[in-house]
Amino acid sequence: MISLEEAKQAVIDDFSMYDEWLDKYEYLIDLGKNLDSYPEEEKTEDKLIKGCQSRVWLNSKVEDGKLFFKADSDAIITKGIISLLIGVYSGRTPEEVAGDDFGFINEIGLKENLSPTRANGLVSMIETIKALAAENCN
Amino acid sequence: MDIDGIRAMFPALSQSVHGKPLVYFDNAATSQRPECVVEKWDTLVRGSNANIHRAVHKLAVDATEEYESTRDAVKEYINAASREEIIFTSGTTASINLVAFSYGESFVSEGDEIIVTEAEHHSNIVPWQMLCQRNGAVLKVLGVDDDGHLKTEDLKSLLTDRTKLVAVAQISNVLGIKNPVKEIVKICHSIGCPVLVDGAQGVVHDSVDVRDLDCDFFAFSGHKLYAATGTGVLYGKKEWLEKMVPYQGGGEMIATVKFSGTTYAPLPEKFEAGTQNINSIPTLIPAISFTKSLQDKKIQEYGKRVFDFLYDALTSNPRVHLYGVPRGTEDKVSLFSFSVDGAHHEDLALILDKLGVAVRSGQMCAEPLMDRFGGRPLLHTIPWKRRSILSSPLKGQLEC
Repeated sequence: MISLEEAKQAVIDDFSMYDEWLDKYEYLIDLGKNLDSYPEEEKTEDKLIKGCQSRVWLNSKVEDGKLFFKADSDAIITKGIISLLIGVYSGRTPEEVAGDDFGFINEIGLKENLSPTRANGLVSMIETIKALAAENCN
Repeated sequence: MDIDGIRAMFPALSQSVHGKPLVYFDNAATSQRPECVVEKWDTLVRGSNANIHRAVHKLAVDATEEYESTRDAVKEYINAASREEIIFTSGTTASINLVAFSYGESFVSEGDEIIVTEAEHHSNIVPWQMLCQRNGAVLKVLGVDDDGHLKTEDLKSLLTDRTKLVAVAQISNVLGIKNPVKEIVKICHSIGCPVLVDGAQGVVHDSVDVRDLDCDFFAFSGHKLYAATGTGVLYGKKEWLEKMVPYQGGGEMIATVKFSGTTYAPLPEKFEAGTQNINSIPTLIPAISFTKSLQDKKIQEYGKRVFDFLYDALTSNPRVHLYGVPRGTEDKVSLFSFSVDGAHHEDLALILDKLGVAVRSGQMCAEPLMDRFGGRPLLHTIPWKRRSILSSPLKGQLEC
C-alpha cells in the first residue's frame, strides 16, 4: 500500500490534469461510482454526517490496527468527495489519520469550489473522519 | 430600454464565474445592485455620512433629508396614507419580528390564536411561534393544496373570536403563486382580525397598494428590490402602530427619559431605536425608480416570453416536477422551484454553478412547506419579471 503522503500526492496530481471544474466533477463522480456498496441497513441516523445538504453516511471499523471506512451519499458529487477521502485515509492506522492536517484538500481547491459550509459539508466529513480516528487511537 | 441595456446597469452581472458569463437566478434571496444604487450609497458614505435627527450641522441635516425623503418615496410607492406609517428596519425578518413583539405584547394573551399559512418562509413562522411561546397563544396553520394554492376556503373555519392576527405571504418564495391577500384581508376584517402581509417577494413582482389591499401590516426588504442590504420596511396602519409598545429602546425613540420613567417619541421614530442604516436606507429611492422603469411594456413582454419558455421547459419533461402550478395566466410570477427525478439538487446546483448559473438549492428557508411536498428539496430560479436578466446560452434560445 502506498504511503499517506504518496496517496495525497496522487490525488493532487490527478486533479492537476483537469483545468475545468466540470471535468473535476466527472472525476469525482467516477470515484464515487467505484465506492464499495454500502449496506442499506447501515444507513442509520447515527452514521449520517451532520452539516451536509445531501445525506452522507460514514461507517468505520478497525482491523489489524488499521482503520477502514465505508460511505455512501445520495448526491453523486458528494459521494465522489467522500470516496476521495476514504481512498486516501482508509487502511491506515488511527494515529496516522488523526495526526494528519488534511491540508492537501486546500491544494486541490476543493474547499473553495465546493464548500459553502452548508452546501456540502466537506469540513464536516473531514471532522468526522478525524473524530473516528481519534476514538480509535491508543 | 432593452435587456442588454438593463444587464449593463448591474456591475455584478458583467463578471464571469468559472470562466462563464454570470447568469444570476438567485433573486429571491437577494437581487444584484444596479449602478444607481451603488452610486447613491457611495455618495452618501463619502459625502454626508452623519447621524440623522440629532445635530444641526450641515452633514447631519443633509443625511436627515436623504433619510426622511426616502420615507416619502416609500409611502408613495406603496400608497400608504401617511409617512408615519412607514418604519425602516433591516429587512422583512426584522419587520415581522417587530410586529410579533410589539403587537404581541400589546394585544395577544394566553389562549389567543395566530394564523399563518403552510406556504410561509421561516421569517413568517418563527417570530409567531416565539410570540405564542412567550404569551401562551396558539399557532394555527392554513394549508396549501397539491398545486401550492392556499386553501382560502378553510380560513373562515380557522378564524375564531380568539384569532388576533393572520400572517400571510403575498407571494410564496418557493411557489411563486400570488396569494389572494385582498380576499383574505376582507374575510379577516369581517370579524375584526388584522392581517400582516409578508411582501418580501410580492413587492418585487407586483406594484403594491397597501390601501387597496387594506392590510394592517406590510413587510418587505429593500435588498430584494435592488436597494442596499440591511434595508427593510414595515408599513403599519397608524391606528395599530400607535397602540403598540415599542420594540427596542434607545436612541431617538424617546420623548423624555427620566429614571422615574420614559415617554416615547411619536411615529415613526417610536419604532426606530438606535442609529439607523443611514447610508443604505436612501438607496431605496433609486431602487424604487429603477423598479418603476421596468414596468415598461416591452420589458414586460420580454419577461413573459422568459416565463413561458421556462414554464414550458419545466413542465414538458416528465422527470422535472414544478412546485407551484398556476391555474390561470396571472396567478404565478417568474419564480420557479422544481426537482428532477434521479438527480440530487445539490449536484445540479454545483454543476450549474460551474456553468456560470447561480440558483438556490435546498430547503429555501421554508422547511414546513418542503415537508408538505414530500420533504424533497428543490432547485429554485427566478429569472425575470422586472428582474433578472438572462444572458448567454438561454438568451439565444429565448430570442429564437
